[in-house]
Amino acid sequence: MNNIGSEVWLAMVTCFAAVFTNNILLTTFLGMCPFTSVSREVKTAAGLGGAVVFVMTFTTVLNWLAYKYVLIPLELEFFRFILFIIIIAAFVQFVEMVIDRYSPKLYQSLGIFLPLITVNCAILGASLFMVIRQYSFIVTIGYGFGSGVGWFLAILAMAGIRQRLNESRVPEGLRGPGITLIIAGLMALAFIGFTGVLN
Amino acid sequence: MAAFIVTILIISSISAALAALLVLCEKYVVNYGPCKITVNGEKELNIQGGKPLLTVLRDEKIFIPSACGGRGTCGVCKVKVLDGAGPVLATETPFLTKEEQADNVRLSCQVKVRNDIAIEIPDELFNVRQYESVCAGIEELTYDMKRFSFELKNPPSIKFVAGQYVQLFCPKYKGSNEEVYRAYSIASDPNANNRVDLIIRRVPNGICTTWCFDHLKEGDPVKMNGPYGDFRLSQSDAPMIFIAGGSGMAPFVSILHYMQNTHNNRKVKYFFGGNTPKDLCLDSQMKEFEESLEGFEFVPVVANPPEGENWTGETGLVTEAVQRQFKDLSGHEGYLCGSPGMIDASIKVFTALGMPEEKIYYDKFA
Repeated sequence: MNNIGSEVWLAMVTCFAAVFTNNILLTTFLGMCPFTSVSREVKTAAGLGGAVVFVMTFTTVLNWLAYKYVLIPLELEFFRFILFIIIIAAFVQFVEMVIDRYSPKLYQSLGIFLPLITVNCAILGASLFMVIRQYSFIVTIGYGFGSGVGWFLAILAMAGIRQRLNESRVPEGLRGPGITLIIAGLMALAFIGFTGVLN
Repeated sequence: MAAFIVTILIISSISAALAALLVLCEKYVVNYGPCKITVNGEKELNIQGGKPLLTVLRDEKIFIPSACGGRGTCGVCKVKVLDGAGPVLATETPFLTKEEQADNVRLSCQVKVRNDIAIEIPDELFNVRQYESVCAGIEELTYDMKRFSFELKNPPSIKFVAGQYVQLFCPKYKGSNEEVYRAYSIASDPNANNRVDLIIRRVPNGICTTWCFDHLKEGDPVKMNGPYGDFRLSQSDAPMIFIAGGSGMAPFVSILHYMQNTHNNRKVKYFFGGNTPKDLCLDSQMKEFEESLEGFEFVPVVANPPEGENWTGETGLVTEAVQRQFKDLSGHEGYLCGSPGMIDASIKVFTALGMPEEKIYYDKFA
């Protein structure tokens, strides 16, 4: 009992770390493509971020199960890249079809972004980190969810900043992706401030 | 060795299982049953729901122009959806202006048909069809331009407005393993509706022009679809200036045929530019038009007349010739067809001479 309690505690700490001190976007710069291209409006950024939280949580869990119960017994660990990608792609497709059918409202706000993140490297990255860092099942749930929320927060903040930027005069050569990358760098610096919170 | 095979088998079977899951899901979940599309309030199409509107319409032989093939990146496949499409999606908003959104314009590749819907498409798009034809003649116009005639087989006739274009299908051939569609203006008489003439200029290393020039022979089957485009004669009777270069000749031949058919005596001056006299073509046909059309005058312009030959016509750029002949164009309409560079230069000259921008019509061929 005590064991599970400490696991849950560890999962919560990992989740917190994934959001702030170890933000997957701002420390490893994964998932930059949608981060720069879909961060023009807060509303769309929030939709995409929500989709990432959802997909990341479920795919890390699914991939953990696949790794533990398929790849390790068969001694095919080196195949995790391919298997993880296939599982992510199939899962995203499946979810898209289901919510398209049964919840048009949810599809409007979240579903249309799903195809965009099938090939998001942050999603695959989270699954691979989970293996490298040898997380247990419960910790993986916390890690997947936390990474998603971290990505969500980062793109939301970026979209907010970019909406303000619309009213300011950015030098012509820096408009668009240029200034976005500079802001991302500054945000990453700011997030370093969280380091040391968890010790 | 055995380990190899086992590994491959295991990974393949996992992939196959996931694929099977998706196929089943597609069969049972994404089946919206029969839906009805009402087009322009009159025609009804009965189709199976679940697919994007663009695809459904293409299956029904209504071709909406689309450059990206339905990925939502070009914003060309706009269609008015009056009823049943649901709210505008975030993937569409970047391509639709506020007025268009208020006017129910949608990107047909992003709208899924889930229930009965009503749409409105321009009548011209109804005429857009896929044509099977046979190359009936190839005529050399200049050293790098040819006129290709195609006899339509299925369907056997086409209805188009002079100035419109078709998309010619270029199959794979030795040297190109790509299938492409390329747009060419129709250069034939709109009354001769059983054939389509295209004037094509050789583009060095162009996929489609190389095929037309080096591989296409008389008697070969050729596919095309169309007609598209809103480049055409306006309804007014204002005097007009046509400017063309190279294969930009094509739409004007068709327009002049149309004017001949309708006994239209509007004043037209047609400036046709070439680098040397060798680039000029169709003089005799232009002479015929000059004789039968009271208001028509053809002005060939040569940029670099070779020394020794006595070229008596206009020299320099077409735009310079226009500037020499006209001082005020505020009451004129301008029609342009040619390279983007020539069009931009012509627009500059036209507006400088007082022609309102909305009276300048053009087709840009990049």
